[in-house]
Amino acid sequence: METAAIGIEEKQAETKTAVQLTGSQAVLEAFIAEGVDTIFGYPGGAIMPIYDALYDYNDKLKHVLVRHEQGGIHAAQGYARASGKAGIVFATSGPGATNLVTGLADAMIDSTPLVCITGQVFAHLLGTDAFQETDVINITAPVTKWNYQVTDAVEIPAVLAKAFYIAKSGRPGPVLIDITKNAQLQKFDYEGYRHCDHIRSYRPKPIIRKEYIDEAAALINAAEKPFVIFGQGVILGKAEKEFKTFIEKSGIPAAWTILGLSALPTEHPLNMGMLGMHGNYGPNVLTNECDVLVAVGMRFDDRVTGRLDKYARQAKIIHLDIDPSEIDKNVKADVGVWGDCKETLPLLTKRIEQKVYPQWVEKFRQYSREEEQQVIYDELNPKGDEMTMGEVLRVLNELTGGDAVIVTDVGQHQMVACRYAKFNETRSNITSGGLGTMGFALPAAIGAKFGAPHRPVVAVIGDGGVQMTIQELGTIMQTELNVKILILNNQFLGMVRQWQQLFHDKRYSFVDIASPDYVTVASGYGIAGRKVSERAGLKDALETMLSHNGAYLLEVMVGKENNVFPMVPQGCSVSEIRLK
Amino acid sequence: MNKQEFTITVYTENHIGLLNRIAIIFSRRKINVQSLNTSPSEVDGIHRFTIVIEETEEVVRKLVRQIEKQVEVLKAYFNTNSEIVWQELALYKVSTDEIAEKVQVERLLREYGARAVAIRKDYTIFETTGHREETNKLIKVLEPYGLIEFVRSARVAIIKASSGFHEKIKEFEAQEPGSEIIENEFLNQQQEVFSM
Repeated sequence: METAAIGIEEKQAETKTAVQLTGSQAVLEAFIAEGVDTIFGYPGGAIMPIYDALYDYNDKLKHVLVRHEQGGIHAAQGYARASGKAGIVFATSGPGATNLVTGLADAMIDSTPLVCITGQVFAHLLGTDAFQETDVINITAPVTKWNYQVTDAVEIPAVLAKAFYIAKSGRPGPVLIDITKNAQLQKFDYEGYRHCDHIRSYRPKPIIRKEYIDEAAALINAAEKPFVIFGQGVILGKAEKEFKTFIEKSGIPAAWTILGLSALPTEHPLNMGMLGMHGNYGPNVLTNECDVLVAVGMRFDDRVTGRLDKYARQAKIIHLDIDPSEIDKNVKADVGVWGDCKETLPLLTKRIEQKVYPQWVEKFRQYSREEEQQVIYDELNPKGDEMTMGEVLRVLNELTGGDAVIVTDVGQHQMVACRYAKFNETRSNITSGGLGTMGFALPAAIGAKFGAPHRPVVAVIGDGGVQMTIQELGTIMQTELNVKILILNNQFLGMVRQWQQLFHDKRYSFVDIASPDYVTVASGYGIAGRKVSERAGLKDALETMLSHNGAYLLEVMVGKENNVFPMVPQGCSVSEIRLK
Repeated sequence: MNKQEFTITVYTENHIGLLNRIAIIFSRRKINVQSLNTSPSEVDGIHRFTIVIEETEEVVRKLVRQIEKQVEVLKAYFNTNSEIVWQELALYKVSTDEIAEKVQVERLLREYGARAVAIRKDYTIFETTGHREETNKLIKVLEPYGLIEFVRSARVAIIKASSGFHEKIKEFEAQEPGSEIIENEFLNQQQEVFSM
């Protein structure tokens, strides 16, 4: 029996017959056919045959050994978000698989394409409480776009083809394939790999109805105060250019959700900033003043809308989305434009008039000036001795010029980074939006660097989040990856503390979190680092971090009790946004 | 909007695990499923779920969209009771002695369209089909004569306005989707039959 690990295609061409492959080899052949270059994983008993096969594919597939499966899946998410390709994860059965659940939920709600392979016990042991057996398919059903258990190797090529197609097409999402150990070991006649381009029960893109495009265009053409809000759909649809053309022709001011951030350059004259709870003043207030609200590839999350019954009630709402279940889900659309925005936006652009709205845009600028005076200036140029998070971001912007990929965790630093980081290019902002997964940034930054190796990657993380997945420093050490880690340490779980201050009478219940000496921890991993507590050293430290050849950890001590403003308090309307 | 009974009809591939994926769409939203039936459909290899819930139309519309989002779901419809013809089957076990002695039982059963499906020395099993009110009424009637056991099936329903799924399925089976696309066919007829 030949071990057909390498040169399968050639062998097939020579013999014109099927070659014998194991299920494990078929998995890896599928990866190669799908253009996979990087796998994030962690071995274990039930996935050993796949790892054994991987040993022979070392020249074609790069495997990154993470320190925890959660780190692996967040890395795959970072990879997918930075590269636009599907992220690949390997994990073993039982605890390996359950450790993926947080990442799956995160990828599901943030529409990130992933293909996860989990090992499973032998098929004859299913349901017997075998060692490291867990019901992965049912545990992950609510947090996967699709999942499937393979017990027969013959199925593997077709199932993998389906997995890639489902993960990447339509509204992307995570797919999990659970493969029993016998199927990984089983030899079968491999007849080559066929890409999947059609599943009869699955319509990734709804068919575009021109009449709704016409209706939308008519509303836009008649509007006096139109407003565009956009989300990650623009990035996922690779429609950044189409989107830019649309807003430039229509002249409509636009604001983003945090997952839409970087789809439009920060400096674009029609980029009015961020929506939602900690978004900018103008975009929030004027949501309740516009006459036509055009939502592109976004899902009206509660953090964006605030109180729904007081959200844009005066406006006609046009909602462009690839996922029909999003239209009318939270906000009732007057015109729902179903379809891929890569296709619907140009159709819409063709039908709208070239316009400008100088007075309306000026209104955004007025609010912007007011926010600048009352909030932004002091955040970016604080007078006190304590450093602010905004100040760190300002200096970082000055040094990167907006060319870095910024990966953020969850909490105050995330809101500050999204508000103030400058972006020139799309796929530059990687954060856990829908699920709000603390511990996301460090592993996601690893993945982002593999996904965008020629771009600087800076992980901005709080002192809480970094301690959740700090073990991934080991991955950085072993891969010698050039990732910059910027810890903004306020010695608190800052966002929860802010809420406790504002809404719970300053009863600081378990938000006072101690930190290790991060620079020493990093040095234990062979990673260079520095801690800055004084403003005088900030710029130099950031410069050193960015220019250092290799990974670098910079801890910046910032004010303990700073709050993120503006803020739409929970249960309030977007127009009730508070500046202090 | 008031809650009312809706019957959801789902055409699916016959895959292990899909029942759970559909069930959790309801349980995640804390919605109680009154009855759930899976059966083959008129199309070979295509399964049909019939699910009954009591909810507002708005909630049901959103649920149906979530169901259709599942990769292995071909199509989902929701209908009010006036838009469908439906039946439920019920079985009743009563003591044979009681029936033999009391003639009125036999008359009652005939009145309710019940028929005997098993007759043993000690018990007899009757079967009837109909709407819930009808099968419920027969319980009440049989109780005084010692109803030993009762069970009712899930609802099965046929949509009055539907012209069958056969034609539509051909499109799904085609490699390339046809120009006449089912998703939007009923878009302006939401009162009749909902479809995305």
